[in-house]
Amino acid sequence: MKIKINISSETVGRPIIAESILETGVLLNVSQAHFDRSHGEVVADVLEEHYDEMYQALTSRGARVTKLDAPIEWNEDECVECSACMSVCPTRVFSLDEDYSLKVDQAKCIQCGTCVEMCPHRALTLLNNK
Amino acid sequence: MVKKTIHEINAKIRDGSVNVVTAEEMVNIVGELGPEGAAREVDVVTTGTFGAMCSSGVWFNLGHSEPPIKMQKVWMNDVEAYTGVAAVDAYMGATQLSESMGMDYGGAHVIEDLLRGKSVDVHAISHGTDCYPRKVLDTSLTLEDMNQAIMINPRNAYQKYNAATNSSKQTIHTYMGSLLPRFGNVTYSGAGVLSPLSNDPEYLTIGTGTRIFLGGAQGYVVGQGTQHASAGRFGTLMVQGDLKKMDPEYIRAANFTGYGTSLYVGMGIPIPVLDERVAQATAVKDADITTNILDYSIPSRDRPALRKVTYEELRSGHVEIEGRDVATSSLSSFKRARIIASELKDWISRGDFFVSMPVERLPENTLSHPMKETEGVSFVSDIMSATVVTIDKDASVYKAAKIIMETAFNHLPVVNKDNTLAGIVTAWDISKAVSLDKFDLVEDIMTRKVITAQADEQVAVVARRLDQHGVSALPVINSMNQVVAIITSDDISKLFARRH
Ligand code: SF4
Ligand code: SF4
Repeated sequence: MKIKINISSETVGRPIIAESILETGVLLNVSQAHFDRSHGEVVADVLEEHYDEMYQALTSRGARVTKLDAPIEWNEDECVECSACMSVCPTRVFSLDEDYSLKVDQAKCIQCGTCVEMCPHRALTLLNNK
Repeated sequence: MVKKTIHEINAKIRDGSVNVVTAEEMVNIVGELGPEGAAREVDVVTTGTFGAMCSSGVWFNLGHSEPPIKMQKVWMNDVEAYTGVAAVDAYMGATQLSESMGMDYGGAHVIEDLLRGKSVDVHAISHGTDCYPRKVLDTSLTLEDMNQAIMINPRNAYQKYNAATNSSKQTIHTYMGSLLPRFGNVTYSGAGVLSPLSNDPEYLTIGTGTRIFLGGAQGYVVGQGTQHASAGRFGTLMVQGDLKKMDPEYIRAANFTGYGTSLYVGMGIPIPVLDERVAQATAVKDADITTNILDYSIPSRDRPALRKVTYEELRSGHVEIEGRDVATSSLSSFKRARIIASELKDWISRGDFFVSMPVERLPENTLSHPMKETEGVSFVSDIMSATVVTIDKDASVYKAAKIIMETAFNHLPVVNKDNTLAGIVTAWDISKAVSLDKFDLVEDIMTRKVITAQADEQVAVVARRLDQHGVSALPVINSMNQVVAIITSDDISKLFARRH
């Protein structure tokens, strides 16, 4: 399952992810990481059965952890099948079939939110976005 | 030589014997029969396009209230419409933004809401006259309540349009959508093989008075669109149609993050095949239509073209830029362009739509000139302060504090030995370092990712950069990355204060 780890400015300098991995022995597969001076955000995969442990370890160190259990949601009524979302998705969730209909492979979504900003028709939403 | 007249074609439409094909189908027909054979076989070719057309809007006549009002300003759902014409006429432009909801809602949404049967809140104000005594009006209206709702789009159906990419290090948000850093993607618009003006590039049949498909209803070409630049094959059309008869499938509000609202408009133009020259023109393929990929990170009217591409390459999903494979995607819907071309084909086959000859040809060889600017343009070099105080990166934080106190400069560019830029420290960074008991080197507390300016950039461009990054000063660097000056938001405010 995917989780999002938010790290605030007070803790951004500490290796809390590494500490949590060492403490629990649970592996995290990081798929995205954004850091700036005031804040960090990491998206990672963790096995479902280890989630509670990892949650404990990370939150006790001051991180905020959210489950990303809802991948990109596609509203077909709003979508005009322009395909603008295609070129920004890092994992190729979107494609066009032979008759130029949009195909959405939600399983590939890493919930980065890029397509949500791109879609001119507000046809894409990410429940856990922001 | 094949020669047909509009009357002959319309007679065939009337008796049901007309042969209509879409522009996509015409490619193969001309391929097989040649232009002459195709001109004999085919009577009408239909085109279609469905994409963002910012230059769109609707003229509303709201009817008179009791007592009547001469609307000086009017808002629908808090989006201002243009008045300044007769008492209760107003033009709602697609990109006008809501005064309370900002970029989330605009004129395009008002138009779509009305089309979907929703009512909109109308608020108008006036100075009051003897004939129109009322000063304030509040009501709510549906499309049915309006006397007229005439869509007039001053500039639609670009003959071709540039493709967009971004060479900078940040994502930028444009009317061409989100453009990812370092040539992360390419976006483009237009229906290629189905695009109306690409199928009649010499305007043999499309001109003033041409009957068209607009938003699901019959509309007309008014004439050349604004910025019609036919000399460079950048023709545009001004079109009109009755919003009351349109279909929300083909008129859709859009939001471009960071840019604002726009309207997706579905348009289809029939091309009567009068002779082989017209037949040949409608045989155009994606591979024949070229455009340029422009670098939208350059905030200038003259964006550099990175390369030429064909629509065939663009439609393949990726193009090569500087040796890299870059993902492309369209902003307009080819699927809907197809639906429009075939719906128009059905209308004509069923005898519900007749073709027309323009009463006036579109002008050829027009150019679109850049704006003449009479106020001198200000460059960074005009207002920057060349007496910039820098600090070495291995100086102490204490020394930086001292310099700031002595010189009253709030921002110190941090430099390497050769005066190249390494970072920046501000009075705030120093206070923070002190409060954390960090008295080490400037290098440890400086910001490394510095936003900079160059002396030959325009102030307007740099002012926006300050805003965007929420900073108040930019070191000015030369081509060797050496610090030559600094420009602050104060310098810019003073410039504008002088002007107003
Ligand atoms: S960008 Fe939005 S409207 Fe366009 S195809 Fe993707 S989901 Fe549909
Ligand atoms: S959220 Fe990111 S990964 Fe998921 S579909 Fe959108 S762009 Fe692709």
